[in-house]
Amino acid sequence: MPPTPQNPSCIKTYFMKKGRYITYKDALREALLQEMERDHRIFVYGLGVPDHNAIFGTTKGLLEKFGPERVFDTPLSEDAMTGVGLGAALNGLIPVHHHIRVDFLLLAFNQLANMVSVWRYASGGRVKVPFVIRAIIGRGWGQGAQHSKSTQAVFAHIPGLKVVMPSTPRDAKGLLVSALRDDNPVIIFEHRWLYDQEGEVPEESFTTPLGKGSILRKGKDITVVATSWMNVEAHHASEILKQRGVSVEIVDPRTIYPLDEKIIVDSVKKTGHCIVADNGWLNCGFSAEVAAVVSNKCFGELKSPVERIGFPATPCPMARVLENEFYPNAADIVRVIEKKLKLEPSDLSGEIFYSYEKRFKGPF
Amino acid sequence: MKAVSKKIAIELYKKVYLIRSAERGIINNYKRNVMKSPMHMSMGEEAIIAGVCQALRRQDQALGTYRSHGLYLAKTGETDGFFAEMYGKASGNAGGKAGSMFLSRPSAGLVGVSAVVATTIPVAAGVAYANKVKRNGKITTVFFGDGAIEEGAFWESLNFACLKKVPLLFVCEDNGFAIHAGEAARHGYKSIADIVGKFESNVFTSSSTDPEVIFEIATKAINMIKKTKKPSFLHLKYYRYLEHVGVGEDFAVGYRPKSEFKKWMKADPMKLMRGNLLKKGIREEAIMQLEKIIDKKVERSISLAENAPDPAKSELYKNVFYEKG
Repeated sequence: MPPTPQNPSCIKTYFMKKGRYITYKDALREALLQEMERDHRIFVYGLGVPDHNAIFGTTKGLLEKFGPERVFDTPLSEDAMTGVGLGAALNGLIPVHHHIRVDFLLLAFNQLANMVSVWRYASGGRVKVPFVIRAIIGRGWGQGAQHSKSTQAVFAHIPGLKVVMPSTPRDAKGLLVSALRDDNPVIIFEHRWLYDQEGEVPEESFTTPLGKGSILRKGKDITVVATSWMNVEAHHASEILKQRGVSVEIVDPRTIYPLDEKIIVDSVKKTGHCIVADNGWLNCGFSAEVAAVVSNKCFGELKSPVERIGFPATPCPMARVLENEFYPNAADIVRVIEKKLKLEPSDLSGEIFYSYEKRFKGPF
Repeated sequence: MKAVSKKIAIELYKKVYLIRSAERGIINNYKRNVMKSPMHMSMGEEAIIAGVCQALRRQDQALGTYRSHGLYLAKTGETDGFFAEMYGKASGNAGGKAGSMFLSRPSAGLVGVSAVVATTIPVAAGVAYANKVKRNGKITTVFFGDGAIEEGAFWESLNFACLKKVPLLFVCEDNGFAIHAGEAARHGYKSIADIVGKFESNVFTSSSTDPEVIFEIATKAINMIKKTKKPSFLHLKYYRYLEHVGVGEDFAVGYRPKSEFKKWMKADPMKLMRGNLLKKGIREEAIMQLEKIIDKKVERSISLAENAPDPAKSELYKNVFYEKG
């Protein structure tokens, strides 16, 4: 079944194998539940954690199960609440701080860049900072310039922070469990469109290693390195091009920092072409980092220059027509692949691309 | 008020004298360019540091600012790792990675300090929150200057600490300056003690430079934390003897007159505390003996630091992250 606006569970079609199917948000909730049961040092906090929305349902029921010392709402103090997490981590707890918008996490930039990321290093390695931060990124429904950022490159630039972007329900669970057991500061960026995606997720607890990418789709003609939601778009593009005999390989780095360079380099050496489709701004972005790695390590094998797909260097506008211009989608990926492989443009007029319209009417 | 015992008075003096002696050691050697890092000197704040630290137990925890030589020495009593850290040597407390502005020694209760104003205040609230959850009875203290009160992090942390009723002692060391900017350039309020008093907290103020007086106030403040289950807040005045950063005087540059310094010197913490010991019947020779032991300890640590090896270059890359195994 191809993805349609009526069936936004694109990942279900593409990524699922046999087994239990649950949504991305339920996978996150299950990880929190299982880990909090296993490890009493874990506490979750942040604005909205115990309310009726429960961070898109990912923290639902935690307060009732674990009580207000381990699950609590906070004052509107992102900076101090991040410092509180650092202090609690230094004293042996494992904080999980939630931000319903990554834009609000920026208020905590001081603590993250000056304190959390530095503390272990400047202590001469005598202390550990087990600290997980979850932040929602990406496109919603006319969210505009302050409710839709994707700041993976900003945080991945700072030594001492690990940055994770799960794309599938399975990875959402496995990467969150790994983050909770990592003993380092880990920021997890969750795209809000991914929350309702379904996929196969084992019920028992498991870890997906940080710093290891995955091949989400095997192919031989061209490599697309995609992050977060752009994996869904890349799969749609791959399905379209499959009908024309083009075999696309999709590499999901999963962890932005530390980056699994090998999985990218191996794929590009095989295909000779590389596109980076990053769910973020192009300028000084993660896509530039990948392009630099690929040109450095695959120079002899490249049949064409690395091409980048991402957001233009503008704030995100509200108006739908401008928003659609701002965000790249599967059609953009199809066109870039065609250009690189010197193919005539496909007729996309009958193609229905993913849109949130049919599913969601706001306001939140 | 019950008089401070001889035993505690001696401990207070040892702390004050150690800070003074160690900083003299820094001043004497700094000009030789052997400590290649900015120094924010503690001279003048010894009564606050010694008094509060004396009221803490070893297992109680403390955080501070980039001006924390005094805090490190009073909380840990340790000088070998301290001086090696100042020299950036492998045997430094943090292997030379921290220096003067990022001192820490968790094993002795010094969680850490930081060189960005107000940044350790929320961390202290988190440390105290963990202690509350663990029900271990530990008190956390956080030292900061009056400039920190102008940062949002202070208010955010005060609010959280009072809301969650964490066992935290706020210590505002007010020297009247943020670098060189005086109160008139910065304060849009009349009394910080009045404002903090509106929060669910216990507030104490003092302009004393007598370590015994500060010790008694801090003891009372800590008892109130235990009794009321609310944080306490100390607003304490002192005078910074040296320049904001560096080991020299700065009265010639014009933002404060030397006459102020002379006035405060009359109530110098070390002088006052030494007088207290004499009044308690401790003999001059015994005090001199104490001082000699401390001076020797400082000299020895400086000599060890001078001769210690530099960190290996490979250390640059180590401990960015914790790695298992």
